[in-house]
Amino acid sequence: MTAPVNRTTFQTLSPDADRRPLSAHLKRLEAESIEIIREVAAAFDNPVMLYSIGKDSGVMLHLAAKAFYPGKPPFPLLHVDTTWKFADMIRHRDTVAERYGIKLLVHINEEGLARGVNPIASGSSLHTQVMKTEGLKQALDRYGFDAAFGGARRDEEKSRAKERIFSFRSAGHVWDPRNQRPELWRLYNTRVNKGETIRVFPLSNWTELDIWEYTRAEAIPIVPLYLAAPRPVVERDGLLILRDDDRMPLLPGEVEETRWVRFRSLGCYPLSAAVESQAATLDDIIAEMRASRTSERQGRLIDSDESASMEKKKREGYF
Amino acid sequence: MDDAPRASDFQADADGKSLLRFLTCGSVDDGKSTLIGRLLYESKQIFDDHLAALERDSKKHGTTGEDIDLALLVDGLEAERQQGITIDVAYRFFATARRSFIVADTPGHEQYTRNMATGASNADLAIILIDARKGVLTQTKRHSYICSLLGVRHVVVAVNKIDLLDYDQAAFARIVAEYQAFADKLGFASITPIPLSARFGDNVTVRSPQTGWYQGPTLVEHLETIDVESDAAAKPFRFPVQWVNRPNLDFRGFAGTIASGAIKAGDPIVVAASGKQTRVERIVTADGDLAEARAGDAVTLTLADEVDVARGDVLVPPTERPEVADQFAAHVLWMAEEALLPGRPYLMRIGTSYTPVKITALKHKVDVDTLEHLAGKTLALNEIGFCNLSTATPVAFDAYADNRETGAFILIDRYTNATVGAGMISFGLRRAANIHRQDLMVSRPEREALNGHKPAVLWFTGLSGSGKSTIANLVERELHDRGVRTFLLDGDNVRHGLNRDLGFTDEDRVENIRRVGEVAKLFVEAGLVVLCSFISPFRAERRMVRELFGQDEFIEVFVDTPLETCMARDPKGLYAKAKAGQIAHFTGVNSPYEAPDAAELTLSTAEATPAEAAAAVIEDLTARGVL
Repeated sequence: MTAPVNRTTFQTLSPDADRRPLSAHLKRLEAESIEIIREVAAAFDNPVMLYSIGKDSGVMLHLAAKAFYPGKPPFPLLHVDTTWKFADMIRHRDTVAERYGIKLLVHINEEGLARGVNPIASGSSLHTQVMKTEGLKQALDRYGFDAAFGGARRDEEKSRAKERIFSFRSAGHVWDPRNQRPELWRLYNTRVNKGETIRVFPLSNWTELDIWEYTRAEAIPIVPLYLAAPRPVVERDGLLILRDDDRMPLLPGEVEETRWVRFRSLGCYPLSAAVESQAATLDDIIAEMRASRTSERQGRLIDSDESASMEKKKREGYF
Repeated sequence: MDDAPRASDFQADADGKSLLRFLTCGSVDDGKSTLIGRLLYESKQIFDDHLAALERDSKKHGTTGEDIDLALLVDGLEAERQQGITIDVAYRFFATARRSFIVADTPGHEQYTRNMATGASNADLAIILIDARKGVLTQTKRHSYICSLLGVRHVVVAVNKIDLLDYDQAAFARIVAEYQAFADKLGFASITPIPLSARFGDNVTVRSPQTGWYQGPTLVEHLETIDVESDAAAKPFRFPVQWVNRPNLDFRGFAGTIASGAIKAGDPIVVAASGKQTRVERIVTADGDLAEARAGDAVTLTLADEVDVARGDVLVPPTERPEVADQFAAHVLWMAEEALLPGRPYLMRIGTSYTPVKITALKHKVDVDTLEHLAGKTLALNEIGFCNLSTATPVAFDAYADNRETGAFILIDRYTNATVGAGMISFGLRRAANIHRQDLMVSRPEREALNGHKPAVLWFTGLSGSGKSTIANLVERELHDRGVRTFLLDGDNVRHGLNRDLGFTDEDRVENIRRVGEVAKLFVEAGLVVLCSFISPFRAERRMVRELFGQDEFIEVFVDTPLETCMARDPKGLYAKAKAGQIAHFTGVNSPYEAPDAAELTLSTAEATPAEAAAAVIEDLTARGVL
């Protein structure tokens, strides 16, 4: 694109002073994602954007705001709240929805909550299954959404690399990896019968580094937990767990200590491990990323059971 | 490892770097996944925890003994890891200091040709893997043809496992010569053969000391430097309207991604289908208005005038318009288990528009192994055919060879909504525009006056052995004796000549009846009374013939004889053969007969002799004023 001739009201979202010009690479990714987001708005009756509060969700929401400018995105955000998100995340969620002027729906699996499912007593896999996967299905059914955006990227994990951009789910939200619709050119098949849905991944072709560089260039707000700060942590199984509140009891021999840490990936609080880091700004994070030798999902306890666990969760309806 | 990979070595600033999208294809076990694993590994794209998982997995599933099995890095799904084969398209990302890459890893075995086409549809280059020990295989040819069909212009012939042939130059030269002889016909812009070993890394990023005789680039050098600029921005402007943005009464913008070319504020444009002309007023983005935008940009255009524009329309320059037609010829790759049936309605997506479409003719199938043209009636899974298509509404398009963005379409099943076919348009068929009907000097009424009677079609339908032909012959004898000009078309006789190329499958029965209908129509135009004696078991086809004629011209005569009676008569011994399993698709035995709902005349042969039945027909013709 040639240089803009004037800048208009989008500045209220990210003030010019904080922004940097996009590289050709990021412009290409941005345009591709905007096309995908518009396609859903044009082709579906009742779409929704899943919002997990993380860095990828932040980029996806920002892209949606740009896609429909000067209008607003014609769909709501949905957060499936496991009730174990970091307090910082919930604060961030509420301010961001207001800032972008988009309706936010919050769904909690009340049934799971009543059964007392939680990550500490029930274990990570049951907690994720009930509060996240089941909770998501409940919300999709309750509102009758026919398309749902997710922020997954193909570079995250092996089974994600084979995911379509428009990923078909039969009634009951079932993903059959052997029976996916072929996706040629950019001619997405947006046709579904009643009860069937599509999950759409506009960030499929982004990498983790792209996300951070775009976040910096567009001055997109992020949860402060991504930036390093002195925080109270406990070392458990070689991982650093942040004690966000006193719902997480210490095991015998464990001591809480204050260390400089940050998160590369944010999930439910006792299930996401922090990494030791001094990266307190986006510039620091990007420099650290470029020197990094571990993947961002390394800190996610729910993935490490076995390497095919992500595929299993996806078949069950996990994003 | 002492030489620890650092992410910073490859993830240099992406500013100004170009992107290359390529796919890898080859037969099972040619080492595609190993090659991609090698590229990721050597571009230092693999993180420590992934490497740890890989070492664990190599012990469990690996095929390389004590070494790390790099293929396991990319074989994503659980099932295929157990089978040791890749079953779907996976996309991988890596970058060097000079370029970013998106790799489509596509499966090699036959039944997944559709996935290969999927990978090729967005690729600029293909790496065709050949196992040095096996040489050029049928699969190699198949994959090369699909790449060329899908518009991939550049090919790398990666002769892999050269280590197993002791880096033999002669073996390499032989394979390259064989490949080039075949690929000559495919019109690639470049073919680059490279001897390599994905397992040991020879000539992948580092020149191999074992192949001193090889003077060309390493694979990565070639991928980094090859010029694949498709010049999308230099082509005519094409803007498929994706979404109409109307947040309030003061703003009406047309959102979409520029498929090709460039546009400036103030440029004149037309709506391709309607020809309505206006100018671009503003090019709106969230970052401010642009003076100019080009291929790949996602923008919102506002127009100077209130012209009718909706999703699916294509905005184009008045001087360089696409074709707009409702009939065109295209290559179709079939991707569904259920075969393509000419005549059946599908849904076509081209650009941002969906429209009903029928394949009106399958001109030929392509044998993807030999590139020979074969006759065919349907396309099965993974078959490619050259077809004529007819859409319900005119669509705007360019030839796929000129513009991949505006010349491609997908076909969707109207009931399951599955994507069943992919198409690439060759050219529009402007039959209607170029072939005009010739006015005839002798008119229908003049022919009728000369003949002394009106023309008509007597369409005798009924089971084999029901007495159709017997009655039709008696009727024709009587008409002829009365001086009526007649002709009798009989099913068996027609199949010896006009329709000798047709069998008895459902598709062939449909075509049989269509041709007979057209011939009968010519005789009716000549003023004759035409007697047609055909089993014609399907209502749909009898209706199709009826619709060729005027209201009083078509007389359906149902020769209603119970199946048991027909079997008992069995004048040609056919029921006996069918029951013995010697005839497939025999009506009444192993193929259905759909009796007419509302025939003009029903003759019950159980209650009348053939002569009485014939007399009833003559009586009916008289009553209708034909005689």
